[in-house]
Amino acid sequence: MRLTGAQIVIEALKQEGVEVIFGIPGGAIIDVYDALYDSGIRHILAHHEQGAAHMADGYARATGRVGVCFATSGPGATNLTTGIANAYMDSIPIVAITGQVATHLIGKDAFQEADTTGITSPITKHNYLVKDVNELARTIKEAFYIARTGRPGPVLIDIPKNVQTAVMDFDYASIEVDIRGYKPSVTGHIRQIKEAARLINEAKKPCILAGGGVITAGASEELFRLATKANIPVATTFMGIGSFPQDHPLSLKSAGMHGNYAANYALMECDLLIAIGCRFSDRTTGRVDKFASKAKKIHIDIDPAEINKNVIVDVPIVGDAKIILRTLIEYVQEKKEEEWINYIMELKNTHPLKYQDGPAIKPQFVIEKICEIAPDNTIIVTEVGQNQMWSALFYTHTKPRHFISSGGLGTMGFGFPASIGAKVGRPDALVVDIAGDGSFMMNIQELATAVENNIPVKVVVINNRALGMVRQWQELFYKGRYSATILKEINFAEIARAFGAMGIRVTEKEELVSALDSAFEYPGPVVVDVVVEQEEKVIPMVPPGAPIDQIIGGN
Amino acid sequence: MRHTIAVLVENKSGVLARISNLFRRRGYNIESITVGKSEREGIARITLEVDGDELVIEQVTKQLNKLIDVIKVSDITHDEMIERELMLIKVNADASNRSEILQIVDIFRASVVDVSPKALVIEITGDKDKLEAFETLLRPFGIKEIACTGKVAMVRHPKGIK
Repeated sequence: MRLTGAQIVIEALKQEGVEVIFGIPGGAIIDVYDALYDSGIRHILAHHEQGAAHMADGYARATGRVGVCFATSGPGATNLTTGIANAYMDSIPIVAITGQVATHLIGKDAFQEADTTGITSPITKHNYLVKDVNELARTIKEAFYIARTGRPGPVLIDIPKNVQTAVMDFDYASIEVDIRGYKPSVTGHIRQIKEAARLINEAKKPCILAGGGVITAGASEELFRLATKANIPVATTFMGIGSFPQDHPLSLKSAGMHGNYAANYALMECDLLIAIGCRFSDRTTGRVDKFASKAKKIHIDIDPAEINKNVIVDVPIVGDAKIILRTLIEYVQEKKEEEWINYIMELKNTHPLKYQDGPAIKPQFVIEKICEIAPDNTIIVTEVGQNQMWSALFYTHTKPRHFISSGGLGTMGFGFPASIGAKVGRPDALVVDIAGDGSFMMNIQELATAVENNIPVKVVVINNRALGMVRQWQELFYKGRYSATILKEINFAEIARAFGAMGIRVTEKEELVSALDSAFEYPGPVVVDVVVEQEEKVIPMVPPGAPIDQIIGGN
Repeated sequence: MRHTIAVLVENKSGVLARISNLFRRRGYNIESITVGKSEREGIARITLEVDGDELVIEQVTKQLNKLIDVIKVSDITHDEMIERELMLIKVNADASNRSEILQIVDIFRASVVDVSPKALVIEITGDKDKLEAFETLLRPFGIKEIACTGKVAMVRHPKGIK
């Protein structure tokens, strides 16, 4: 089959099973868009390339499939970069395809030329500049393979305009991917697994720390079996939220800077830490030399570079969490360390999350009400900052891929476009973006995307008229000098209506439930703008650089 | 401690940039880097000298391995190996001191590759110590220019790093 480069892109995407592309056209990618025009693949036109990248990211997180986004050369590509970096930090598989100026113009500072592969090399798992149409189909196949296998991540393909118009034979099925520099380990070393089992069987105070890798590997069921077989309490990292049901007695919920008390205390007390699919980020460990210092440490991760990067471990096991846990479970004995479990239960009972409710609307109250009203299969997406931490803490998360948030990069403006992507991938689920007024404003233009494509996402703005998390730090650590953190009050309900979405403003506590009810029932996009108390802080909090058992609001 | 790391990479444009980018981004220090062909078509060989403790070097090799275009990374510091650098050195020399310089060249088994009325260009290969000693001895004559390759290294074992 003789096809142009542009047609090859579209045909290859079809054969990869891509059902939707998020993007914005432009001069250097116009040929690909021409091939897309009558291809049958759904295209969601974003209104800023950053939005397109976050949509692909949210789609990937909600579905487990590879998200795809398109952008043109130059500014189109540079606008994608925050979204790509975000996906890279959280190991999310996306393939970004960008147009580039024609090969004879590369390096000549041509119109809308940017060094896209140079710019994105530190924030992609891999990237390609395809200078020859003969390489195009193989490149796309490799890109999808690299994005979704091993430790997943974003891959970018930069395609010059003349490569899009060049013609060549296309036979995708016959291409075999064999990359000699890329052979991820999968099964884990059996001797290491047996050693891990021995440590678990002997431990008096074992504790699991489950990270985002458990969700990526689809290993929640195996995690559950391991934890319940040997009665091991489970804390999660922020990215691991949803990997273990938070309503289970063994759940300690999330740990870290804004972790739950019991999770943080248990991690510091345990004599054996079983870390699965996590990278010991500074937000999880706090002061790293004090982190779980009484514990022997087992670290299961698919990325060998994560072993001993931040925390030195005793038993590293490199491979896929699902496969390793399946083997590990066989060697782990059924047991219950009564004393430890009783201690854990007491920790949980004596240190519940709490906040001072009152006549004004508290952010935590809003999250609790969403949790009460939202059906079981609701996907909670968040922005970044206080809204994110309250959503992590005060909502009961029970399923993998139902809590979507920018963990590593901490990208304000991520949540709303990501919720659009999630809803496109999971039309059966209610998708709620819990936003802050600061974050929502950073990609608010995507309201047009939601309305134009009738993607019925629900945005609940926790409107505190502040860049609340920074404001909180200023209150606690900078003597209340609120430098550049107090915002003008915006009526987001009116903005929503101007875009053609439903907008509801909530200023009184008793209006909240009915507002949420009507938002969730309405068959289109809705913004519920909830005016909350500005002063409310995210508690618990571990001061930056402190060990995670030194908790503000703890005891 | 200084480590010598041999890296086999796909001989594609941009590979060197990916490696130097990685070192810059993660804050590792490259003492020297040499790039050239290997015994296999399409594969280039890079010799890196990197300073760091065991944990840093462990990270360096693992992060290098993560690059898709990197095929093999071997820390050969503790292997028996041959290491060589090449230096071109232009030194002031006239009729009065030329023979004295030539004696030094002889002792070091270096070779003169260019002669002019006022200068000599000398080529010398060897390990770092030898090159440094040679340079020290020539310095009193007045060195005009030095060009030096980084280190290339090869393990003595018949199997090599494959």
